[in-house]
Amino acid sequence: MADSARSPGPAIDLDRSAHEHAAALRAGEYSARALAEATLARVEAQERDLNAYIRVTPDEALAQADAADERLREGDLAPLTGIPVGVKDVLSTRGVETTAGSRILEGFTPIIDCTVVARLREQGAVFVGKTNLDEFAMGSSTEHSGYGATRNPWDLTRVPGGSSGGSAATVAARGVPIALGTDTGGSIRQPAALTGIVGLKPTYGRVSRYGVVAFASSLEQVGPFARDARDAATLLQAIAGHDPNDATTAPEPVPDYSERFDRGLEGLRVGVPGEGLVAGLEDGVREAFEQAVTLFEREGAVVDRSVTLPSLEVALSAYYIIAPAEASANLARYDGVKYGYRFRGGEGMWDEMERTRGNGFGDEVKRRIMIGAYALSAGYYDAYYRKAQQVRTLVRAEFGTALADNDLLLTPTTPTVAFPLGEKLDDPLAMYLNDLLTIPVNVSGNPAVSIPGGFSEGLPVGIQLIARPFEESTLLGAAHACEALTDWNRQRPPLAGIGVPS
Amino acid sequence: MDLSSDEVRHIARLARIALTDEEAERLRGELSSILGHCQALSAIDTSGVAPTAQSFSLVNVERPDEARPSEPVSEVLANSPAREGDYIRVRAVLEQGPDG
Repeated sequence: MADSARSPGPAIDLDRSAHEHAAALRAGEYSARALAEATLARVEAQERDLNAYIRVTPDEALAQADAADERLREGDLAPLTGIPVGVKDVLSTRGVETTAGSRILEGFTPIIDCTVVARLREQGAVFVGKTNLDEFAMGSSTEHSGYGATRNPWDLTRVPGGSSGGSAATVAARGVPIALGTDTGGSIRQPAALTGIVGLKPTYGRVSRYGVVAFASSLEQVGPFARDARDAATLLQAIAGHDPNDATTAPEPVPDYSERFDRGLEGLRVGVPGEGLVAGLEDGVREAFEQAVTLFEREGAVVDRSVTLPSLEVALSAYYIIAPAEASANLARYDGVKYGYRFRGGEGMWDEMERTRGNGFGDEVKRRIMIGAYALSAGYYDAYYRKAQQVRTLVRAEFGTALADNDLLLTPTTPTVAFPLGEKLDDPLAMYLNDLLTIPVNVSGNPAVSIPGGFSEGLPVGIQLIARPFEESTLLGAAHACEALTDWNRQRPPLAGIGVPS
Repeated sequence: MDLSSDEVRHIARLARIALTDEEAERLRGELSSILGHCQALSAIDTSGVAPTAQSFSLVNVERPDEARPSEPVSEVLANSPAREGDYIRVRAVLEQGPDG
C-alpha cells in the first residue's frame, strides 16, 4: 500500500475552512498527514512574525494525523477527524506543557486533558500547538504573556487583541482553520474582532470548564474561533454539553448549531442599544457598524433603536471588582509547593511563598490579584464586592428586558480597531476600556459572537451579536446569513501567504 | 481615590506577593486609578437588589458519593518542585529554619 505521507501529494489550500478540509479528507483528495504537514510548515514559517504559539507540537500533531488517516480508512469519522486545531495554553493538555502564559507554570505538564480537549481528541482532531495568551487570560492585547507578545497578521506593529490573541492570530493568518479560546471578559470576541474572524462566547454553563486554568470562575467560558459560522458551529457542537466533572455545566439539551443556517435575517428582531454608539467609538468603527445595521434592515430584520442598557458602562466597573476578586482566590493556589515555579532560599516558608509569587507573576496578574484582595478585605467587602454583585443583578435584568422583545442585540465588538503594540501597556485603565462592549455579556452570562463587519483604515472591524441564554443557534444563523451577503470574512491578511508549501 | 503606601503593603501581604519598593509605588498609582474608576458603582442605587454570585440558575448540584480511582501518585508528584519519596518537600511551617 502506498504511503501517502511520503508521496509529494497535491498542494493544499490552507485558506480552506475546516468543513472544506473535512470534505477533501473524506474524498481522499489529500491525507490528514499531508494536511498536518502543510499546516505545520505554514505555522512554523509564520511564527517568527506572529509568535502565536507558546509551543508548537509537531510530533503529537503528526501522530494524531496518522491516527486520523487510520480512522478515515476505516470510515470511523467525526466532523473534526484530521482537522488541525490550535489550543489556547490555558487549556490543560495531558502530557503537553500548559503554562497559561505565566512563568509561574513554566514546565507544568498536566496529567489530564481538560474536557473540551478530551472531546476534540475523541473526534480525532489534530492539535498543532498551544497558543499564546495574556498571562492567566488577563489582558486585551496578548502583550501580558510571559512568553512574548503576539502580533496581528493584518499589521505586525499592532496587537491581535487578547487574551486569546494567539488563537485569533493563527486562525486569521490561515495557519489553522479553527482554534479554542476562553472568554472571561471579551477574550474571544475582542481578538476575533481585531483579526477579522468569527469568535463565539457560549452561554455561561454551556461548555465545561473542567481542566481549564481558572481565572474568574463565574464569568469564563471556552469557545470557538473560526473563519466562518459553519466551522464555529462545528467546533461549538464538539465541546458543548453537560460534564459530570463540572457541576456548573447546564443540563439543557445541545441543539444542532447549524439549525438556523437557512433562516436568513428576514423578520429577525434586532435591538441596537444607543449606549453602544456613544462610548468613545472610532469614526471608522461607527461607520462599519452602521453599514452592518443597514444590512440587517435591508434583509428584512426589524431593527429597534429604542433599546437601552443603562448599566452598560457600570458593568465594566462591576467586572473589575468581581473578576479580580475571583482571581485572587483562584490564583492563591500558586504557592510554589505542589507544582510550577518555586523560589528557593528564602527566609522561611512565608518569605519563600511571597517571593515565589512576586517573581512568578507578571505585572497585570499582580495588579488584579491585589485589586481582588482589596475588594474582598475587611471593611471594603460591602462597598466593592457586594455592590458589584448587586450591579451584576441589574445588568442581567437589563439584558433580559432588552432580549424579551428582540432576538438579537447588535453592537460593535470593540470601540477601536487593533491598536499599536505598547500603546496601552502602561495605562491599565485604557486597556480595560477596550472591552467596554464585550465585558457586560460576561457579567450577564448571555451568549455572544463577534463576526467580521468590514474594515476601517485597512484593519478589521467586528460586529457583536448577543442572544438569549442557550440561543447560540440564533447567533450562528445570523452570522451565516451575513457571510452570504458580504465578503468580509473572506478577506485575508497580508501575512496569510507566508509559509505556503511550494 | 488614593491608596497609601501602607495600604498597598497591606494588600500585598494579604495576597502573599513580595514587591520591590519601586513596584509598590507604581502599583499605588495604578490601583488607585482602577479603584477610582470602580467608584462609579457607588452612584448606582442597589437598595433591595439581591447580589448575583453567578449567572447560572442551578443551585446545590450533587453527585453520587461513590469511590473513584484517583490519579497515580507518581504522575501527580511528577510536577512538584521538590519531592522526597512519595511526599512533596516543603519549608518548615511552624518554625523558621532550614528545610525540615
